[in-house]
Amino acid sequence: MKRRGLASRLPAILKDPLMLMAIAVVAVGMFAAFSPLPGLRIFTDALRSATGGQAAVFALAAIGLNIHFGYTGLLNFGHVGFLLVGAYGTAATVSTFGGSLWLGILIGMGLSVVLALIMGGTAVRLRADYLAIVTIAVAEILRFLARSRAATDVTGGVFGLQGFADAFYDINPIPRGIYALGWLQFTERRLWPIVAGWGLVVLVSIVVWLLMRSPWGRVLRAVREDEDAARALGKNAFGYKLQSLMLGGVIGGLAGSLWAIHLQAVTPDQFLPIQTFFVYAVLILGGPGTVAGPVVGSVIFWFVVAGFDSFLRAAAFAGYIPDFLGATEAVGAARFVLVGAGLMALMIFRPQGLLGNKREMQIVAS
Amino acid sequence: MDPSSTKRAIAGSLAGVGLLAFAPDLAAGAGFSSTFLPELSQVVLNGLKLGFIISITSIGLSLVYGTSRLVNFAHGDMVTFGAVMAFFFNGAAGGPRLHIIPAGLLAIVAGAGLGAGLQKGLWQPLQERKTGKIQLFVISIGLAVLLRHLILLQFGGRPRSYIQYALQEPLILGGMRITPRDLVVVLIAAAVLVAIGLMLTMSPLGKAMRAVADNRDLAEASGVDVRKIILMTWIMAGALGGLGGVLLGVVENVNYLMGFRLLLLIFAATILGGLGTAFGAMAGGIVVGLVVEMSTLVSPTELKLMWGLAVLVVVQLVRPQGIFGRKERIG
Repeated sequence: MKRRGLASRLPAILKDPLMLMAIAVVAVGMFAAFSPLPGLRIFTDALRSATGGQAAVFALAAIGLNIHFGYTGLLNFGHVGFLLVGAYGTAATVSTFGGSLWLGILIGMGLSVVLALIMGGTAVRLRADYLAIVTIAVAEILRFLARSRAATDVTGGVFGLQGFADAFYDINPIPRGIYALGWLQFTERRLWPIVAGWGLVVLVSIVVWLLMRSPWGRVLRAVREDEDAARALGKNAFGYKLQSLMLGGVIGGLAGSLWAIHLQAVTPDQFLPIQTFFVYAVLILGGPGTVAGPVVGSVIFWFVVAGFDSFLRAAAFAGYIPDFLGATEAVGAARFVLVGAGLMALMIFRPQGLLGNKREMQIVAS
Repeated sequence: MDPSSTKRAIAGSLAGVGLLAFAPDLAAGAGFSSTFLPELSQVVLNGLKLGFIISITSIGLSLVYGTSRLVNFAHGDMVTFGAVMAFFFNGAAGGPRLHIIPAGLLAIVAGAGLGAGLQKGLWQPLQERKTGKIQLFVISIGLAVLLRHLILLQFGGRPRSYIQYALQEPLILGGMRITPRDLVVVLIAAAVLVAIGLMLTMSPLGKAMRAVADNRDLAEASGVDVRKIILMTWIMAGALGGLGGVLLGVVENVNYLMGFRLLLLIFAATILGGLGTAFGAMAGGIVVGLVVEMSTLVSPTELKLMWGLAVLVVVQLVRPQGIFGRKERIG
């Protein structure tokens, strides 16, 4: 595949409606958030969410899913299961067993490998649609177990675990003070998980970029595009799929650890199947099979979702929307309506997302 | 489905029913305590009640997969749609306040309409554009999220009950407790399952549906109007989904998540029976219902749904094509 520079692609980018829309949304938002006129809550909320710890968590989760879905063509619909074992591995090591936080993160990664082997052993040999159903079932089984009374001693049951992240906040290198980004202000304690989260996202993105241009990455894409051809050339397709599942799973587990540390709490119902669909929306928006796709996707996804939330809340407050449900519940539901409709529209009109290669993604999606 | 697998299906179901009939004797022979037997028959009855509802809803999912190769993730939310429509005809303030029986019938019609509308308005155009299978799968997930939260916007997050039959004294039948309401639901569900079974084996439409599910190209070459049959399958899936939703709403309650909670059990049932086969889905639904309820004998009630999902994973380990499915090479 011939790679072209950004400059030569510029005319194509400027003709691309989705790209223009994304650029316009972000530009208007950034302008409003940094402009000297205060009072545009919608845009500061959107910016806060798009740069926040949650967006970093979803970017990291989408990087992991990208290895499964974007590069290998594995339809993993239980991705939230990896986040669950990462988060609980981290939290339970500290809160339940009194170990160190760093050991906990390693244990979370180890559990992700185990989960990948379980999913892989049962499911990777299956057809894509069976794989999707089995992985979602495995993730739900884990959630049921985590919230069960029998596991309360380890997982804290429905109440989950808290107060395990102090070691992370103790090593905060940012000097005391208030830091500002446009109209947003952060204390050093709020800023530290955000900086660390995005730092991790950049680091993992570089690793993925290096891996995917290595011979290993090329075989992975070959398995995605034509498994039989890869096998005919003597590549062990099953082995590559399993490795892909493990690598993406470990990154998902790291995202879970980061989520736990960012929230300083873990509860089982954080890990509902809908979170996996959010990660898919992030990935497909940004562009599956691209290095920057998950990161760009997460920033724009949270920018739009939080901006939409804030807009609806403001509109309900001002009385433009009839208050038929109690505004907060309606705003919560409307966010999901937007995500559902957006996911459908993207998949129908633009399965390659913002940055992906259309031809490449048509092969995956067929 | 070829004749031998139909025979296997019937033999399998008979063996299953036979085992159930003997289960009390086996338990007694094994010397269980005197409270075990009534408990067992009680959970078997509960299991059949859930299992019949899963079966009714699974047939639609399985036949839709068989005829159009689409794993419809929005099927659970079509079930919720039926239950919620019945609530709007029955209990909603400002609604027509019909009795639940006509309201339920109207909800089934609405479900059929939803199925037909989705096929005509969404899936058929997409399939004509040669949209890929995985793309369709993700679109159905988007549709599921959309439908579920549109229902949440209209219906609210609070569970509600239909006006009639909300509270009843249970009857005692041979040591088993069941409310007359649940008994009627079980009987209706059983009658519908028999009727669907007869329809699929006897009527030209049912035969055509199974033929398209079995081998679409062969059916088309034999003169079956595949597009019409797929539309009929969607109408049937929507109607049966609506009926399942109403029955579930009657025995439990109506809430916006009920269909999604059921969906994973429906998947378990269809995969257990063999994705794409109608009788497999029926048998699978009953087995999954029984497993879910019988698990409460040995494990906490809060984990009973988990055991339904565990069935799914175990089946994938030992027999990925399901009980009645055909073996395909899958990479």
